[in-house]
Amino acid sequence: MTQTFELAVELFLAAILVGGGIFALVGSYGLLRLPEPMQRLHAPTKATTIGVGAALLVSALDMLPQGGGISWQELLITIFLLLTAPITALFLAKTLLLRHEDPATLPETGTGHPWATLGEERPDP
Amino acid sequence: MLRRLFPHPYLTLTLIVLWFLLVNQIKVGSLVMAVFLGTILPHLTSAWWPDRPIIRRPLGLLAYTALVMWDVIVANFQVARIVLFMPKAKIRSAWVTIPLDLRSPEAISLLAGTITMTPGTVSSDMSACGKALLVHSLHAPDPDEVRDTIKARYEARLKRIFE
Repeated sequence: MTQTFELAVELFLAAILVGGGIFALVGSYGLLRLPEPMQRLHAPTKATTIGVGAALLVSALDMLPQGGGISWQELLITIFLLLTAPITALFLAKTLLLRHEDPATLPETGTGHPWATLGEERPDP
Repeated sequence: MLRRLFPHPYLTLTLIVLWFLLVNQIKVGSLVMAVFLGTILPHLTSAWWPDRPIIRRPLGLLAYTALVMWDVIVANFQVARIVLFMPKAKIRSAWVTIPLDLRSPEAISLLAGTITMTPGTVSSDMSACGKALLVHSLHAPDPDEVRDTIKARYEARLKRIFE
């Protein structure tokens, strides 16, 4: 690989890394700035998707300009992040629903049954 | 026989691929270990997997992944603009009810995960009967539009893939 091409790839990867960092920063800033708890929940989901995604992409392709291969372990991290992040968000949302949210502000389910978190408590099976 | 040995072929396949990603190299020893784990783990965890997930169009799942990745990037820019430049009083957050046509639990969890990972919307709860999702939208001047977009863009595709 020629020197110029190597440099171009490295610059491209650096740009992705900086871009992802900016999005992660905006996500954290949103956590500070937004007034309502439910609005603040939107910030962490952002940071994982683009911020961490960009860092992992660059980490996987890092050795490419020097002639190394793609590191596939980053794909594994991505998969597990995509699996776990929505679950964390769901549990935070459920906590907020129980603790902070007035049930009257929620829309109807439209099915005749209540929202699961606010429904009658069922005994553990 | 084969069915009893591998009660969840997708899970076995996933575990084998995951193991190769974990060791990060292709060796015969890794394959032995991968097949061993892929055989043992589905049996040990079968109590939590009563049914086999049915995937009618595995290729559709790939196209769906690409679509979601693109949407995540676009939505990130939109939400960044809201967070940085929109005055607090102008942000119209709203709860949205999504009535579900999907019935397969795997498809519904995938839809809920998609909604959360796309910036701007977080799936927050499900109705007790499992036929509606509660979604919080960061900025939705028109909540009905959010509902229609999610149903047309994601749910319809998942329905074709899973049902």
